[in-house]
Amino acid sequence: MKRYSVFAIARQAMSYHQGWERAWRAPEPKKEYDVIIVGAGGHGLATAYYLGKNHGIRNVAIIEKGWLGGGNTGRNTTIIRSNYLQDSSAAIYDKALQLYQGLSQDLNYNVMFSPRGLLMLAQTHHEVRGYLRTVHANQLQGIIKTEWIGPAKVKELVPIMNIDGPRYPVLGALYQAQGGTARHDAVAWGYARACSDMGMDIIQQTEVKGVRTEGGVVRGVETTKGYIGCKKLGIVVAGHSGQVADMAGFRLPVEAVALQALVSEPIKPTIDVVVMANTVHGYMSQSDKGELVIGGGTDSFNNFTQRGSFHHIEETLRALIETFPIISRLKMLRQWGGIVDMTGDRSPIISKTPVGNCFINCGWGTGGFKAIPGSGWAMAELVAKGEPGPLAADFNMWRFREGQFIDESVAAGVAH
Amino acid sequence: MLILECPYCGVKAEETELSAGGEAHLKRFGPGSADDDFENYMFARKNPKGVHFERWRHSYGCGKWFLAARCTATLEVFGTYPAQTGEPPADLQAKIKAKRPDWKGY
Ligand SMILES: Cc1cc2nc3c(=O)[nH]c(=O)nc-3n(C[C@H](O)[C@H](O)[C@H](O)COP(=O)(O)OP(=O)(O)OC[C@H]3O[C@@H](n4cnc5c(N)ncnc54)[C@H](O)[C@@H]3O)c2cc1C
Ligand SMILES: [Zn+2]
Repeated sequence: MKRYSVFAIARQAMSYHQGWERAWRAPEPKKEYDVIIVGAGGHGLATAYYLGKNHGIRNVAIIEKGWLGGGNTGRNTTIIRSNYLQDSSAAIYDKALQLYQGLSQDLNYNVMFSPRGLLMLAQTHHEVRGYLRTVHANQLQGIIKTEWIGPAKVKELVPIMNIDGPRYPVLGALYQAQGGTARHDAVAWGYARACSDMGMDIIQQTEVKGVRTEGGVVRGVETTKGYIGCKKLGIVVAGHSGQVADMAGFRLPVEAVALQALVSEPIKPTIDVVVMANTVHGYMSQSDKGELVIGGGTDSFNNFTQRGSFHHIEETLRALIETFPIISRLKMLRQWGGIVDMTGDRSPIISKTPVGNCFINCGWGTGGFKAIPGSGWAMAELVAKGEPGPLAADFNMWRFREGQFIDESVAAGVAH
Repeated sequence: MLILECPYCGVKAEETELSAGGEAHLKRFGPGSADDDFENYMFARKNPKGVHFERWRHSYGCGKWFLAARCTATLEVFGTYPAQTGEPPADLQAKIKAKRPDWKGY
């Protein structure tokens, strides 16, 4: 792999930029791999990357039914933060944030990580109490810098905000200065390029149709390009987790629903932090192109169509207009949906499964982009060693049976 | 926009008039039941990509709970029926089978 650098750009300029090599290879599948990862979203690719980087396992294939990064990873609104209430969440999301900080250098690929600061507005007294509790929890955890700020400070950070709206007054905010955004495609592409460079095969346009097991242990997968054997299998398919788990013969506490997002026409810089408003289920940031990137809560019913109902985004905007009056006359340009995998406690699953040598990483629901590096790190450790490390242990799929929920919904509402 | 006909009041209600209530025909396991049964009842869901039986409430209409058969991959609605049933009516199952020969059945 030729490294990207300022010198490379200069050199390429001499030859009219005709000499850039492809960022990743497009290989035909081999007969067998040490590890197969199903799903080339951010979490699947990051898992493969840290398998190679941290554990020296490089005979790996990542099998993707569409194109890499074309699932939720390429559809999300890219909010990154780590100030979660529960200890196990805070640990893994903060691991991810730490890795995001050095990711562009690590991957030699600009993922455009932008730690511009993140506000979670409190617009009810219930939320004020909830966020104060989070601040205290984060202080006790001792790793995450987060603070409670009052309405005046909120107004100073976001001058376009109307803080004394009659229905949704801004009573303060939970503020994480290190939070922000990154370029979603670049995260997938950067990991893909690095994986391919380590000799891993990313096999796109190939759907996994079945999982072959022998005596309760995984042997390989049936795909649209035929049977491919493997010693270990990692299932990292977000919305389709239930389907692939079914192929392997076990059930999951996961349901698939649509989550939508939309962007406005591009405008001049108006907001340089990320704002989440969970009472009204709306969040907003401004992209480098000037578009306001807006998301809301999930649609209500099980759905695999990657599109949602119009009244949901209408409700999101209606509520946001009170807090951001200037958006009332903006034209919205594009709208889309992704299929998110929601678990019973709204926390992810990184776990062994009832099938031997078969591991699953799913349930990131509406908030897994921010976790990609940390999740890949923890999942790689689980796949390599066969046992979860400290980051993954609490996220096992048996926690539901035991009642050991990692309940983030109290702190984050629905979307986090 | 999803439109379901309420089997009680006969209104063809669109989505904003309804609330989704998740998978239908769950068998309830209470205190004293086996751990597996209780876990399955509480958390495991079929979540099929295809034919799905689910609970809906006509919240801004007659207020009653009813059941619907719907395809989660195409959003096609096969039919709705009252909630006082242990399993989907036979004629509805036959109708779905005719439309979806691959369907494994309820
Ligand atoms: C509209 C929207 C906004 C969001 N906003 C945020 C946000 O602001 N911040 C945040 O942190 N998170 C956000 N999220 C959540 C985040 O996008 C996801 O949690 C995360 O991207 C999941 O990554 P993944 O790799 O697990 O899944 P995906 O990126 O969906 O990848 C899974 C891949 O598996 C493939 N696959 C499925 N079945 C098969 C099969 N049988 N064979 C082969 N391949 C298969 C799919 O094609 C897909 O590419 C948002 C999500 C959506 C939809
Ligand atoms: Zn009715």
